[in-house]
Amino acid sequence: MKDSETPIVNTNEKPDPEPRGHLTRRQFLALSAAGAVSVFLAGCTKAGREAFFQSRFKELTGKDIDKVIARLEKQYSEQVGRAVSVSATRAAEGVLFGYGLDLSRCIGCRRCVYACVEENNLSRDPQIQWIRVLRMNKESGVDIMESDAYYNPAKVPEPDAFYMPTACQQCRHPPCVKACPAKATWQEPDGIVVIDYDWCIGCRCCMAACPYGARHFNWGPPTVPKDHINPHMHYFGNRPRPRGVVEKCTFCIQRVREPNGHYPACVEACPVGARKFGNLLDEQSEIRYILREKRVFIFKEELNTQPKFYYFYAT
Amino acid sequence: MYTTTWYRTARLLLPAAALAAWSFLAPSFAAEENTRPPAPPSVDAKQPGEYPVPPPPFSKGIYPCTECHNKDLPVNRTRRKLEAAHDDIQLHHDEEHRWCLDCHDADNRDVLRSASGEPIKFEESYKLCGQCHGDKYRDWKVGVHGKRSGEWNGRKTYLLCVNCHDPHSPKYKSIAPMPPPVRPENIR
Amino acid sequence: MTFLRFLSGAGKLVLKGNKTYYAWCAFLLALIAAGVVAYVRQMQAGLIVTHMRDSVSWAYYIGNFTFLVGVAAAAIMLVIPAYIYHWQPIKELVILGELLAISACIMCLLFVTVDMGHPERFWHLIPFIGALNFPRALLAWDVLVLNLYLALNLTIVGYLLYSAFVDRPPNQSFVWPLVIFSIPFAVSIHTVTAFIYNGMVARPYWNASILAPKFLASAFCSGPAVLLILLQVLRRTTRLKIQDAAIWKIAELMAYAMAVNLFLTGAEIYKEFYSASEHMVYTRYYFIGIGEHQAIVPFAWMSLIFDFVAFLLFLIPQARKNVLLLNVGCVLIYAGVYIEKGIGLLIPGFTPDTLGEIYEYIPSSTEILVSAGIFSAGFLIYTIMLKVAVPVMLGEFKLSQLSREK
Repeated sequence: MKDSETPIVNTNEKPDPEPRGHLTRRQFLALSAAGAVSVFLAGCTKAGREAFFQSRFKELTGKDIDKVIARLEKQYSEQVGRAVSVSATRAAEGVLFGYGLDLSRCIGCRRCVYACVEENNLSRDPQIQWIRVLRMNKESGVDIMESDAYYNPAKVPEPDAFYMPTACQQCRHPPCVKACPAKATWQEPDGIVVIDYDWCIGCRCCMAACPYGARHFNWGPPTVPKDHINPHMHYFGNRPRPRGVVEKCTFCIQRVREPNGHYPACVEACPVGARKFGNLLDEQSEIRYILREKRVFIFKEELNTQPKFYYFYAT
Repeated sequence: MYTTTWYRTARLLLPAAALAAWSFLAPSFAAEENTRPPAPPSVDAKQPGEYPVPPPPFSKGIYPCTECHNKDLPVNRTRRKLEAAHDDIQLHHDEEHRWCLDCHDADNRDVLRSASGEPIKFEESYKLCGQCHGDKYRDWKVGVHGKRSGEWNGRKTYLLCVNCHDPHSPKYKSIAPMPPPVRPENIR
Repeated sequence: MTFLRFLSGAGKLVLKGNKTYYAWCAFLLALIAAGVVAYVRQMQAGLIVTHMRDSVSWAYYIGNFTFLVGVAAAAIMLVIPAYIYHWQPIKELVILGELLAISACIMCLLFVTVDMGHPERFWHLIPFIGALNFPRALLAWDVLVLNLYLALNLTIVGYLLYSAFVDRPPNQSFVWPLVIFSIPFAVSIHTVTAFIYNGMVARPYWNASILAPKFLASAFCSGPAVLLILLQVLRRTTRLKIQDAAIWKIAELMAYAMAVNLFLTGAEIYKEFYSASEHMVYTRYYFIGIGEHQAIVPFAWMSLIFDFVAFLLFLIPQARKNVLLLNVGCVLIYAGVYIEKGIGLLIPGFTPDTLGEIYEYIPSSTEILVSAGIFSAGFLIYTIMLKVAVPVMLGEFKLSQLSREK
């Protein structure tokens, strides 16, 4: 390094240890911290602060869960204009949900898609649909590169096509759960892969990781017409999602987990009975019957995600 | 060496690093498990005959059949194309080999008949279909063929075969699909 | 206390400059302002103002992030010759590479932040306070290593500059391990970023072992390109002595890195087109297009041609010693790798998507403005750091002088 040049001004004064009129470092830091905190606190309501600092739902217990549910019910009731209930029912013992989809029956009518939209309060604009029905050519078989999700003939089924609805496969080895950096999504004991919408940071790593295109992002604020809102909600299911988080099929967790749980909305809506649902741990269930008597195949089975969603041909 | 800045810093950092490593690698302590709902009993084991179905979808005014088909109306067992009545029914159901009186009881039109001549109530018409369509019948009984609603682990309701399949022309009719999704380029 | 003098002195250095300096800073500030305005709009309306959709859920922001992680890792190109081989021409310049790494890391963090749906929930990623999914999630690894690398470089650079400022020889037993540690760390930040993509079984285009080596090779040829141009600029605008040998050596090393990169690209192309499995469709979309969907084909070929030409320019000694050809090579290599790591990595990974749909993504004006703002912020930060670092390196910014000036 070069030698420095001699300074222009040459005095013998000692450097001033504490410059007058300036803040000391301690004062500066304290003031900034106080300023930041006060701005933050002033701009938030109590509910807003509680929401911001809420822990991961999986780590909450007892009273904390009740408080969160109460806050959400109040918030959604105001938002929607009528009373809603938000359930936090946990997974039951001895239950592992499985799904069967009969490709020899599906006619591609998309009634399942719209039943899901209604049941789960999916955004109409921007449009989010958890179920996507793919039209396949009979000649190519199940070949997604030849598939078309935008078919719109006058009548279905079309003679040279068959139809394959897809949604979350509720994998046993979910790549999305592996990929999430914030542990905002995980597999529940009853097999449903859930998302904590209040913990999700919206990084969309899970969406890149999902092989089935099952996850959907709220790019804009979701809109649901007030008179179409389903008021029976579950924390992990169909409660109104904020903008900027990921969502996906939850096997209608708000329906299946309740005592005397009902079938998911898509199963109810299918006019031809192509959709089957049940408890994989119950030998008498229809899903176990399907596994025993029919020949099932797994979508993208080579990826070893081990879905609990079984496609089959009942014929 | 023990007085160098590097060593002193390392001495400070090492326990912290060890703690961090342990916290990462130790199993996460799950939240205390509140009692989960107990396992529901399996209710899919079926008792024979317990198939809650809707009433048969008769056309308006057609039932009871014996209002017309009584002792005053002679029975004509000749296989023919009907012209005097019921001419709106086009049989597309193995019509080469069978006709009306193979399924409808000639002596009591308020019931159907099995292949062996046993009466079958209209409310249990699935038993008739099941004679030939045994595999469908087996699947239907466990809810795998056709639509079945209700509680996945509780009460379920079935549909009759004829709720979806016109018995005289059973092939499921095509319907108009609901609209396709919005393409991503059109989502604003 | 002395540190405050350092800061205030540094502040004065930053605020004083010639007309070119002010014009450059004003230009960058204008772009930053435009970026901020665009980002505020994005915060208000949501990410829907970008053109990312469910089919292509990562695009321009993450593409830039990936490219810049490579640039950050490229500081290694200076660190190894300087500290391992003690090669004097680069040893006196190594701090410039580390400053580049710092700016690149900051830009990476900014790009990730603007891509998040809920940036205020970033605290969910802090270990112990949030719930960082370490070690299962590769993104969690990336959060850790990127911040650690930034902290590492800040520590090294800050310590070295401050030591020079107070005219105290730096404590080698403190600096040396940190610097040596930064070498595998630089490799690790880009390997971890590569593994984020590599591990995704859903995206066959990325799910190839070649991805991590390719990332490193392309990083080591792109990052130093900025440095080469910068060194020439600094030669003209400051009194820093920068030997030609340093520039030529860096260019030579970049040629070798590009050779590896081209080889790995060739290997990829062979595997996809020869095996011709269904997975070929993504590489096919990139280089040939599918049906009428051909939007990125020109970019694919441009990138390949740029890379190859730059490789030749840097490989042939007479070419890299020619000032014009050297700079042309820098621009070409930067552009080539930028396309490769951005468009060439993200888009074919998502197109066709997991259900066979083709959505052709083009960045929206918001994304372009925000990205321009972030790049400008990075350049501004680098400029400001240089404005302090260069006088320190020249011995013109010393505590003793500040005292005398008073």
